[in-house]
Amino acid sequence: MSDDLRTILLEQVERLLADRAGPDLLRANERGTWPEALWAEAEALGLPTALAPEALGGAGLGWDDAVAVWQALGRHASPVPLGESMVAAALLAAGGIAPRAGLLGLAVGNAPVAWGRRAAAVVMVSAGTVLLQPGPATRQGTAHYSREPADLAAPGVPSEEGRLPDAFGPDAALLAGALLNAARIAGALEAVLDMTVEYANTRKQFGRPIGGFQAVQQLLARCAGEVAAAGVAVANAGRAADRHGLAAAEFEIASAKVVAGEAAGTGADIVHQVHAAIGFTDDHPLHLFTRRMWDWRDGCGAERVWAARIGKAALTRGGDRLWADLTAR
Amino acid sequence: MAGLRFDLRDTPPEAEALRGELRAFLAEQGRDWGPMVRGYSWMGFDRDFSREVGKRGWIGMTWPRAYGGGERTALERYVVLEEMLAVGAPVGAHWIGDRQSGPLILRLGTEEQRRDFLPRIVSGDLAFAIGLSEPDSGSDLASLRTRAEKVPGGWKINGRKVWTTNAHRCDFMIALLRTAPAPDPKQKHQGLSQFLVDCRSSGITIRPILDLVGEEGFNEITFDDVFVPDSMLVGQEGNGWEQATAELAFERAGPERYLSSLPLLTAALDDLRDEPAAPEAVGRLLARAGTLRQMSLAVAGMLQDGKTPAREAALVKDVGNDYEQALPETLRKLFDPARTPDEVQEMQRIMTMVARSYSLRGGTREILRGIIARQLGLR
Repeated sequence: MSDDLRTILLEQVERLLADRAGPDLLRANERGTWPEALWAEAEALGLPTALAPEALGGAGLGWDDAVAVWQALGRHASPVPLGESMVAAALLAAGGIAPRAGLLGLAVGNAPVAWGRRAAAVVMVSAGTVLLQPGPATRQGTAHYSREPADLAAPGVPSEEGRLPDAFGPDAALLAGALLNAARIAGALEAVLDMTVEYANTRKQFGRPIGGFQAVQQLLARCAGEVAAAGVAVANAGRAADRHGLAAAEFEIASAKVVAGEAAGTGADIVHQVHAAIGFTDDHPLHLFTRRMWDWRDGCGAERVWAARIGKAALTRGGDRLWADLTAR
Repeated sequence: MAGLRFDLRDTPPEAEALRGELRAFLAEQGRDWGPMVRGYSWMGFDRDFSREVGKRGWIGMTWPRAYGGGERTALERYVVLEEMLAVGAPVGAHWIGDRQSGPLILRLGTEEQRRDFLPRIVSGDLAFAIGLSEPDSGSDLASLRTRAEKVPGGWKINGRKVWTTNAHRCDFMIALLRTAPAPDPKQKHQGLSQFLVDCRSSGITIRPILDLVGEEGFNEITFDDVFVPDSMLVGQEGNGWEQATAELAFERAGPERYLSSLPLLTAALDDLRDEPAAPEAVGRLLARAGTLRQMSLAVAGMLQDGKTPAREAALVKDVGNDYEQALPETLRKLFDPARTPDEVQEMQRIMTMVARSYSLRGGTREILRGIIARQLGLR
C-alpha cells in the first residue's frame, strides 16, 4: 500500500478510535457488552477484511500496514476484536475464500476465541488448511486479565476450507496471532508511557512534580527504551512478513513477540510504580491497558516459547552461521 | 513517542556487496586473535591492522574524495563497522578518527586542517584520542577546568585530561578546553573551545592507567604550558560545547553500542547444544540483537539523511549497553566449567570485566537516561 493511502487509513483508524473508544467502552466490554457502534464503523471502513486482496473484497493491505493498524488499536487498549477478525479474514483469503461479513473469530490451537459468542463464523488453521466454521463459538468465560469474553471453538464441521499457500506454513494462525499481539503491545506501551509522563509532570510531592526526580526519570527513560524496541521489533516483523511470507518471517515475528513481551513486563512494572496507589485502583484507566498487555504477551506463544524456537534453530545452525544469519535480511 | 522516531532502513545492495569482502579480510586478519583481542574489542589498538583497513578504503568512507574519502554512504560504512565489531576486531587505532574526530574536522575544521588531517586518518596512519573527561569533570563535563590561554600566535594549555583511551599510543587528540571563564556557574557551557593537540607536544605527560582487566587501556594526560598554534583551533572559539555535543552524537550512534559482546555468543554457541536451558536464553539474546540492529540501522539512516540523531542515539546506546552488559552473565549461567572450552570461558571472564565500561564510556547510563527523560518532556 502506498505511503499516502496508508497515512489516510491510519488517520481514519485513529479518528474512529479517538471518537468511539475510551475507558467507559472498555469497562462495558468487560461486562460483556458488545461494542456495536464501534464495530459497525470499523466495518463501514472495510477494516475487518482489509488484509484480503481486492479481488476477494478486501483492501489488499500488507502485514506491515496491518501492524500499524494494530499498534493504533493497542494505543486504545484494543476496544474491539478487530485485529483477530483481520487475521481471520487474511487467512481465509489466502485459502481462496472470500471473507464473509460480520465478526470472524480466530481460533489458534486450543486457545479461547476472543468474543467468539458474537462471531458470524470461526476461522482456524489445521495442517496447512484454513477452515471456516459457521456460527458463533460456545460461550465459555473471559480472558485471564482483560475479563473480556473468551469463548470455545467447539469441534464442528467446517462449511468451507482452503489450502494455504506454502508461504503461510503450518503455523500461519499462530504466527499472525503472535504478530498481532506484539503489535498491540507496542501500541499500548506507547499509550501508557504517555499517560505516565503526563502524570509524573502533574503529580506533586515534596513541593514539585515527581517527574523532576531523577529516580522517576531514570525509570521512565528505561521504559522509553523498551517502548522503542517493541515498536522497531514489530515494524521489522511486519516488513519481513511482507517480503518473505509469514513462515519465512518466523525469526522476525518470534523476535517481535519476545521483545514486545519482555517490554510489556518491564513497561507495566514501571508505569505502575510511577503511578503508585492511584494506578492500583479500579477507577484509574491505567489497568485497562496493562491487564490487556499481560494477556497479549501470553497469547499465541509467550516469550519463552518463541525464544526457544529461534534459539534452537540458531544452536542447530551453529556459531559460524550466527552472524551471517542475523545480517542476511 | 515524544518525537523519537526509528524508521526502518535497509542496507543498500552496494553495502551488502562489501560484506563478503569484509568477511574474507577479517577471517584472514583475525586468524590469531585470541580471547583477549576479541574481548577487548574496540579498545584494542593495532596500527598494522588499521593500515590494512585503510588500504582497502574502509576508513573515512563517507568523506569527500578531495580529502581521501570514498564518498560512500553512511549505510555502507555501517556494514563495515558491524562486520568488524561482530568478530571483535581491534579497531582502536582508527576508530576514534573515523567515528568522531574526522567527522568533526570535516564539518567544522579549516580547509587547511581538512587537507592536513583527513587523508592521514583515512590511511590508518593517524590515531586520534578523545579529549573530554577530566579528574573532576566526568558526567558534569561542562565543569571542566583545563584551560587554554591566548598567547601570541596561539594558545597555552594547562590542566589535566583523564580516562583517555589509548592516548599513549595516539598521535593527536581533539581537546575540549576552557578559553574563557564561565560568566556564572549556571552558564558553564559557555567559554569552551576545541583544539587539535599533538600528543607529542612539549609539556605533555601521558601516564597510562592500568585498568581492572590488567591492560594499559586508558591514560591521564597532564598539560604543562603546552603551546598550540592558532591554526589548531577547531570550529569557533567559545562554541566548544555545541561542537562536543554533536561529536558525542557521533560517538553514541554506532553499532558498537550493542555488539561489543557478540563475539562471545558466536564462540560459545556450538558448545551449548546439549544445554537444556540454552535455546530459550539464546533465543532471547537473538531477538534483542536483531531488534537492536534495526534500531541502530535506523540511527545510521538518520546520519545518512544529514540529521544529528543525538536523542535517538542516546536511547539506542542505553538499550544496547544493557544488552551487551548482560550477555556475558547470561551465557555464564549456561556454561559448565568442566566442559565449556577454556578459550570460551576465558573470553567470558574478560568480557565480564570489560563490560563494566560499556555503560560508562561515551556517557553513563544515568546521563543517557537523563537525556531521554528530557526528550520525553520530564522536567
